[in-house]
Amino acid sequence: MFYPIQLLADWLTYTVFRIASKTLLGDAVNFFIFDTIKILILLSVIIFVVSIIRSYLPPEKIRAILSHKNKYVGNVLASLLGIITPFCSCSAIPLFLGFVQAGVPLGTTFSFLIASPMINEVAIVLLLGLFGWKIALVYIVSGLVIAILSGIIIGHLKVENLVEPFVYQNSINGNIDLPNMTRKERINYALLYTKDILKKVWPYILVGIGLGAWIHGYLPADFLAQYAGSGKWYAVPLAVLIGIPLYSNAAGVIPLVSALTEKGVSMGTTLALMMSVTALSLPEFMILKKVMKTRLIFIFAGIVAVGIIFTGYLFNFIL
Amino acid sequence: MKIEVIGSGCKKCKTLFELTEVVVRELNIHDIVLYSNDINKIVSMGLMSSPVLTLDDRPILVGILPDKERLKEIISKNL
Repeated sequence: MFYPIQLLADWLTYTVFRIASKTLLGDAVNFFIFDTIKILILLSVIIFVVSIIRSYLPPEKIRAILSHKNKYVGNVLASLLGIITPFCSCSAIPLFLGFVQAGVPLGTTFSFLIASPMINEVAIVLLLGLFGWKIALVYIVSGLVIAILSGIIIGHLKVENLVEPFVYQNSINGNIDLPNMTRKERINYALLYTKDILKKVWPYILVGIGLGAWIHGYLPADFLAQYAGSGKWYAVPLAVLIGIPLYSNAAGVIPLVSALTEKGVSMGTTLALMMSVTALSLPEFMILKKVMKTRLIFIFAGIVAVGIIFTGYLFNFIL
Repeated sequence: MKIEVIGSGCKKCKTLFELTEVVVRELNIHDIVLYSNDINKIVSMGLMSSPVLTLDDRPILVGILPDKERLKEIISKNL
């Protein structure tokens, strides 16, 4: 499927730039060109498709779907719908208030808040492009399981008292009748959104793939195995800790991590790092303090972190 | 009549504001169009996407950037 891109990369590296093949530099440059073009094409196509789907499911509609569901179905649906919803820490508060005040249960809301940033199309495309569809699928499925279970657990903990009281004092009617998008508007929306995301992530992708290409070419294959191979128990929790401050840079982190995996970091540790980068974000926690007590943020982060660590160990064990 | 575009500061919001000004003038409405970046207003209306276009604090368009003709149609329908 990516054969023409390989041809283009070969031609650019060996003919245009006149770098000798079978050398470290040649390999690194070839790898960089191939991966960059492949990822950018995949990103454009997939973000466009996801945006079109999303134009049919704005948050207001998702809320209407979720507010009528019993809790287990709600957790599953919320996590699935979280996949197609874009998320940035700036939208955490409107989403949280909008959901809870319209009667969506707290556990269901958390399932959504966890799945939405963790399973996003940028992360999926990068995993798909750099690790293949099996790893991308493993990531999606384990992300869903973590979001569903964490939401169910938080729902059972009865922590409504840890939400700031003003949240429940204001209730809103979730059924507002508004115009839908026309077909042309959907396409425009998707094009604009794809352009915005690409504009935002391309520098990270270039740097990530560039560093990755360098590591690929210059570091010995088992360089990191002694520090972060599957035999090292501390690798997974450490990866989760490292991931927390790296929020929103999945675009740069994943290519880098893909190169590290080649040099001996085990797959479960890699998955745990990526989940931590996307799902556990310091800026989001700070923002959520406006609507919930710090204790609830710790409970939320703790449950998700345990889920990620468990996933990391599980896949270190079976992959 | 109070006409207001509320956004989160995104480019789409600004564009909708400018477009609304044009459409309102073409519809011979003499009220000025207000522009706000106060996301709390969106939240308190129970909405989660931006931009929002309101007529007398009633949302008539949410999260969509329409073309001029459609915006004209939506505004005149809600007058």
